[in-house]
Amino acid sequence: MSVSSIAGRARKFAGRQGKAWFFNVCSVLLLLLLWQLIIVCTDVSSALFPSPFQTWRAFLEILNNGTLFDHFISSMYRFAVGFFVSVSVAVVFGLVFGWIDWLFRLVNPVLQILRPISPIAWMPFIVLAFGIGDAPAVVIIFLAGFFPVFLSTVAGVRNIPDIYFRVSASFGVGPVEIFWKVIFPAAFPQITSGIHLALGTAWVFLVCGEMVGAQSGLGYLIIDARNNLRYDILMTDIIVIGIIGFIMDSALGKFEKFILKKWGISE
Amino acid sequence: MYINIDNVSKRFTRKGKEFTALDNVSLTIERGEFICLLGPSGCGKSTLLNAIAGFEPPTEGSITIDGLDVRKPSSRNVTIFQNYGLLPWRNVLRNVELALESRNVSRTERTSRAKKYLEMVGLGNFLDVSPHQLSGGMQQRVAIARALTAEPDIIFMDEPFGALDAITRLKLQDDILQIQRKQKKTIIFVTHDIEEAVYLADRVVVMTPNPGKVKSVMKIELGPSRDRTSEDFFRTREKIFEIFNMTQHYDIEYTI
Repeated sequence: MSVSSIAGRARKFAGRQGKAWFFNVCSVLLLLLLWQLIIVCTDVSSALFPSPFQTWRAFLEILNNGTLFDHFISSMYRFAVGFFVSVSVAVVFGLVFGWIDWLFRLVNPVLQILRPISPIAWMPFIVLAFGIGDAPAVVIIFLAGFFPVFLSTVAGVRNIPDIYFRVSASFGVGPVEIFWKVIFPAAFPQITSGIHLALGTAWVFLVCGEMVGAQSGLGYLIIDARNNLRYDILMTDIIVIGIIGFIMDSALGKFEKFILKKWGISE
Repeated sequence: MYINIDNVSKRFTRKGKEFTALDNVSLTIERGEFICLLGPSGCGKSTLLNAIAGFEPPTEGSITIDGLDVRKPSSRNVTIFQNYGLLPWRNVLRNVELALESRNVSRTERTSRAKKYLEMVGLGNFLDVSPHQLSGGMQQRVAIARALTAEPDIIFMDEPFGALDAITRLKLQDDILQIQRKQKKTIIFVTHDIEEAVYLADRVVVMTPNPGKVKSVMKIELGPSRDRTSEDFFRTREKIFEIFNMTQHYDIEYTI
């Protein structure tokens, strides 16, 4: 394919982006169609693999009797607490460790070893230390959110152009002032993208954490539905988890775009 | 004698090799003078500016301003950079106000002084705009307004118009001359543009590379209002051309 025709296709594609909602709707309809097709074409028991319609009914059921709402609130409460604490701690530490080079170099090797370990692996220790309830899930979210935010904050601070520091020195900006006048705002776009990344990871691990160490929440509802052989509720729950994750991710994505635009990094 | 640069040398070690950026530079500058440090890249002109401004102290020799040793950047002097150094998360007014935030100046006083200098550079109507929404020339005007707001004794300018297009550059050269005349600031201005140096400076310090040193210091006797197309202007420019060309053939001292 020639370069010009690729460019032409790219332009056409860009032109179609205005119809994003059309593709969104089609994508979902296609999934539902495929799902229904599997039900129709195979003789799988509807108790083990519910149809879209059964799932919808289960949704209405747990919506109306309040189950869904209760679990949703538990999960969101844990998520809010865990994620807020995680981001706050990670940003503060990231600013300090990014600023003091030897400190970061001292802890970085250990962090790189800890980072690839799934927070769930710590679960037995966490349950021993914090018991069953809200705490384990909060700790898991803390761990899941901490690394991406911390590392992106450190990178953000280290990438601050030297000229900002020269300007600060030129106008006598003090060593404490410089943190909130220059370092934090200059690193902010990268911090935001770290938070965006962490949000998705943390949401995944919230569900994991609740599956193991909790008595409520959307993750717990998965285990509960399985134990009661209510696969229709299970399916509903899965979809709700996905939609909440999607909504939070889009919201933060919009915020990130807004920041990049405000900082003049992208148009 | 206001600024005294005495036998200043600056050496770097880069990849194990020692490299002399400045070799035995001596220079004195009077209060209110407009000095251009002129030379090709690698002649140490920016290194010299950074040393006088206190960003990078010299390896040898001493620099004094008003009798005091230069050790670190002083808030009485201000530097204007080639890429403006505006903070993108602040609007134009807040960028200019930065100049006074670390001083004992009330909020209202800060704002009114910032506005006054923004008006002086013709940006009185752009207070709420983000820096990235402005053209390069306008961004540099904001930086100039910010520098003036600090009401400094000395303004250091490190190739401030290097990133601008030719016509904007000419305009800003006129502006900076006007401002200097009004405000009576001492300005030390780094450039590699011979015409710019001749147009702006009271004295041009001609520097040559390998190692960076002062080749000659030329007093520009063209008076306060200069005509870029006049005979005298061309002749002065020629003289500087000669200094650079001759370095390729013989090494002679040239002073006026």
